[in-house]
Amino acid sequence: MLNYLWAAMIAIGIIYAAFTGNLEAITNAALDSAGEGISLCITTAGVMALWMGLMEIAQQAGLVARLTKGIGPLLSFLFPGIPKGHKAREYIATNIIANVLGLGWACTPAGLKAMEELARLERERGNPEYLEDGLQKTRGRTASREMCTFLILNISSLQLIPVNMIAYRSQYGSTRPAAIIAPSILATLVSTLVAVVYCKCRDRGRHKNVKAYNGVERRAA
Amino acid sequence: MNVLSHISDIIIPILLFYIIGYGLVSKVKVYEAFLTGAREGLKVVVDIMPTLVGLLVAVGVLRASGFLEFLSGLLAPLAEPVGIPAAVVPVILVKLFSGSAATGLVLDAFRTYGPDSYIGMLVSILMSCTETCFYTMSVYYLAAKVTKTRYTLPGALLSLTVSAVMSLVLARGMG
Repeated sequence: MLNYLWAAMIAIGIIYAAFTGNLEAITNAALDSAGEGISLCITTAGVMALWMGLMEIAQQAGLVARLTKGIGPLLSFLFPGIPKGHKAREYIATNIIANVLGLGWACTPAGLKAMEELARLERERGNPEYLEDGLQKTRGRTASREMCTFLILNISSLQLIPVNMIAYRSQYGSTRPAAIIAPSILATLVSTLVAVVYCKCRDRGRHKNVKAYNGVERRAA
Repeated sequence: MNVLSHISDIIIPILLFYIIGYGLVSKVKVYEAFLTGAREGLKVVVDIMPTLVGLLVAVGVLRASGFLEFLSGLLAPLAEPVGIPAAVVPVILVKLFSGSAATGLVLDAFRTYGPDSYIGMLVSILMSCTETCFYTMSVYYLAAKVTKTRYTLPGALLSLTVSAVMSLVLARGMG
């Protein structure tokens, strides 16, 4: 995806400049921007080091683990179909907490694991598309409702401190780089709330199907 | 809105105090832990360095060619009646596909309009409350080998739209 986007940005820029007689400006822009990339990283480095250092303390003190456990009731509400003690819950919790704390490196691995576990859950429910030979027999897998909810929540992105943005703002001379924290949290909360309501509404019609899978499972057993 | 900026001002000191205090109470060697984490943080930055150079060059080239102004001019009649500054539309669209490419555009907006301007605030909030939609969907669903995504995309787009509307309202209040 990024391959095409990146190439297109540069190609469009150069072609457009060629037509408008702006080509010499491109040379300067390319060289200056490259340097800017590095100086930007140097400012970001300070904020990132500070945040990750704090998070390491939180991790070693067991704070992150406590938060992950603490959202159990929330998970039961969002994903009533996942049995307690299923691995999927654990990974989803880790992913959500990592998202909230801005621990980017921990988000994606936990998220991918969560998706694998949700696929396993479908297999346990006897969903024919998810059985070992299901991919050949059926026309591709359909997302389960847990997967839809999980993905939508992920994309609506709950984040406590937008660390990168604050660093970038201070680099470009903002007088109050952290001023965006509260509005960002508020915006995220509202959009996530809407996402949750949407998922809950769309969930309803699915219970029948799940029962059907369970029937298959019972017969197989 | 004063309340919001007040909360923004105190949240970082409170977190610093709370996390370090919690660490001390739990008998963590806080300073050593901090150094370990900070080292890890620096590695993350070194990892994103090539990305930022690459994308800033791409955005710089687009900006210098005059194409961004051209695009903004084209989008203005569509976006401005709903209260979205035309310069922000490319950020919203690119963010659907790539977070880092959108970051490039945001930095360009900071340079042009300043981070504390209405547009600067708007793109800051916008970037902080949304996630890269298509990228996340393709990576996560690939992990579960799912091809039919049902209502994921409409749900995600709905939540992104709400985020955008909220950002508009809040940025106007802050500016």
